[in-house]
Amino acid sequence: MYRSQQLALKYLTAAIALFGIMTIAGLMSAYYYINPNFLFGILNFNIAKILHIDTMIIWLLMGFMGAIYWFLPEEFGRDLVGIKLAEILFYVFCAAVAVVAVVFIVVQHGGSNEMALWFINQGRKYVEAPRWAAVGVVVVMAVFAYNVLGTAYATRKISGITAVLMIDLVPLLVLYLDAFPALSNMSADLFWWWWLVHLWVEATWEVLIGCIMAWTLMQLLGTSRRIVELWLYIEVALVLGTGILGLGHHYFWIGTPGYWLTIGGLFSALEPLPLLGMVIHAIYDAGTHHMKTTNRPAFYWMLAEAFGNFLGGGVWGFMFTLPQVNLYAHGTQWTVSHGHFAFWGAYACAVLSVMYLVIQKLRGLAQVDGRLWKWSFAALNIGVLGMVGALLVAGFAQAFVERAIGGSTHEAYLMGQANPWFVESMITRFIFGIMFAAGYVALVWDFLTIGKRRLVLAAAEAAE
Amino acid sequence: MHLDDPAFWRAGAISTVAVMSVALIMLTVNSLAAIRPGGSHVPHYTVINEHIDYKFDADRGEDVPVIGGSEPLFGKTVDAAQAKALIGKGKMVIQSRACIDCHTFFGNGAYYAPDLTKAWLDPGWKTWEAITGAKTKEEAMVRFLMFPEKYRISERRMPNLGLTRQEAEATVAYLKWMSAVDTNGFPPNFGHMQAKR
Repeated sequence: MYRSQQLALKYLTAAIALFGIMTIAGLMSAYYYINPNFLFGILNFNIAKILHIDTMIIWLLMGFMGAIYWFLPEEFGRDLVGIKLAEILFYVFCAAVAVVAVVFIVVQHGGSNEMALWFINQGRKYVEAPRWAAVGVVVVMAVFAYNVLGTAYATRKISGITAVLMIDLVPLLVLYLDAFPALSNMSADLFWWWWLVHLWVEATWEVLIGCIMAWTLMQLLGTSRRIVELWLYIEVALVLGTGILGLGHHYFWIGTPGYWLTIGGLFSALEPLPLLGMVIHAIYDAGTHHMKTTNRPAFYWMLAEAFGNFLGGGVWGFMFTLPQVNLYAHGTQWTVSHGHFAFWGAYACAVLSVMYLVIQKLRGLAQVDGRLWKWSFAALNIGVLGMVGALLVAGFAQAFVERAIGGSTHEAYLMGQANPWFVESMITRFIFGIMFAAGYVALVWDFLTIGKRRLVLAAAEAAE
Repeated sequence: MHLDDPAFWRAGAISTVAVMSVALIMLTVNSLAAIRPGGSHVPHYTVINEHIDYKFDADRGEDVPVIGGSEPLFGKTVDAAQAKALIGKGKMVIQSRACIDCHTFFGNGAYYAPDLTKAWLDPGWKTWEAITGAKTKEEAMVRFLMFPEKYRISERRMPNLGLTRQEAEATVAYLKWMSAVDTNGFPPNFGHMQAKR
């Protein structure tokens, strides 16, 4: 095994641990809605929410990095340049994440000065990590880019997939620099913040995961490089062709000119297209292979990714990015429903697919299957669907009661939050959250044990 | 043209990304001019010296901010530099206390607490003057922001985030300025129901 792949294992392990912390913080965030006195004045909603969304970003990022560190040496036929530095930075990265989490929980916030932003909390959604930690993320990403670009330069072996990956790393790094400013003007602040959030999540991350899924397809189904590269280019063209100006759907109400309503509405409506293409292709792949594969969990998680990305990102996004709908749906639990479904479908499922693929190679398994993965697959996906459905109903109630009827005031907000449809949806969401957490436990147990029991049996039989 | 040739789609991907990126840059230049303080959609920070309203505009078919008439905040007119410093301070309060991880601003944030886009214009502050014993809306807001845990309006409360008087005043100034931003009619129907009552 390459050193880079050993590093990949560390990143994937850290990712799965952070996935657990994200789940706990998510359950807490959901519980505040049911019992607002929970930890009041000790650990308020905003801190649990920050832990939930920031660990979500970090575990997915670590999952991507782990996947790429796993596949790249096989692609290049050698270990990565600068791997020693990357190994050291892994520990620095983990330590930084731990320190930031402790500061969030213990210190929580500082005064209204630059020091607070540098060392405690930046207070911008998704990029709350203090600036020193954001600098750390930049350094980690820069070394990651150096590993990829340096190895490509050293080997002079650049495939279509690695070329796309290398180009994608540039905006991935540059856009993150937007994690630092504290502009007084909220309109300008949100304008640039969306460059970071949207162009990361709905553009560069989509391309990144496209590269990862291309390698996964080649290993899992033996799809030819020519075909995966062809589809990767199509995906890049469609995802970025619609996603770059799809940014406009975040510019409807932040103080930007009215033309964004037309531009954002149009391009957002087109955004599901590449995701629909992925679904069609997944069904085609599944059909041509008669659903037969040596790694069923990886295959099913890959299918879940295609469907989840299309439904959660595409359909759910399309449903409320039409300006006429968004005027009432924006800033309600409708958004939360979309966010959960999209992140889960587009990214989490893909990372889990890669993890099963890695386990197969790691343990030298000819066949990966069993019962436990099915339980975790079902609990996690039904958990997500239940949460997403409940949040959607809550969002409908808010759009109707708070926005359309109530007129969006403080009183209308309270009316919306007290509406039975909203209250019951929050309870339902929490119950499905518990199911999701159970699925996570089963997933981790499966990761730890899958294939091992069979290996032990085989060894015992051989000994006899 | 060969649709099954990766090179064709590679060229397509490169040209699509290039065209879209150029379009985004052009729109960004235009938008940044509109959203600078004093631009077509975002008011100068000194708007905190004026009366702000949010009314239905029949031509545009949506609610728009209406600015006019002197209404100094805390009874004190500020110049451009003072207003800029006050708004800057307000934003630092909002970031350092991670307000956006409970509230929403222009609908962006965490949904656990009310949207603050037009909070300054909320008809509910009249009641809050009585609750807090304040003579003005801005004073009621300051008293609430400094000791929110004292005022229980629903089961969900706002925690005390240790705001000083100066920080609370800066936050109120920020909310007043923000309410004058032209948000293309978001939020819709704001306060119309209360007005009818």
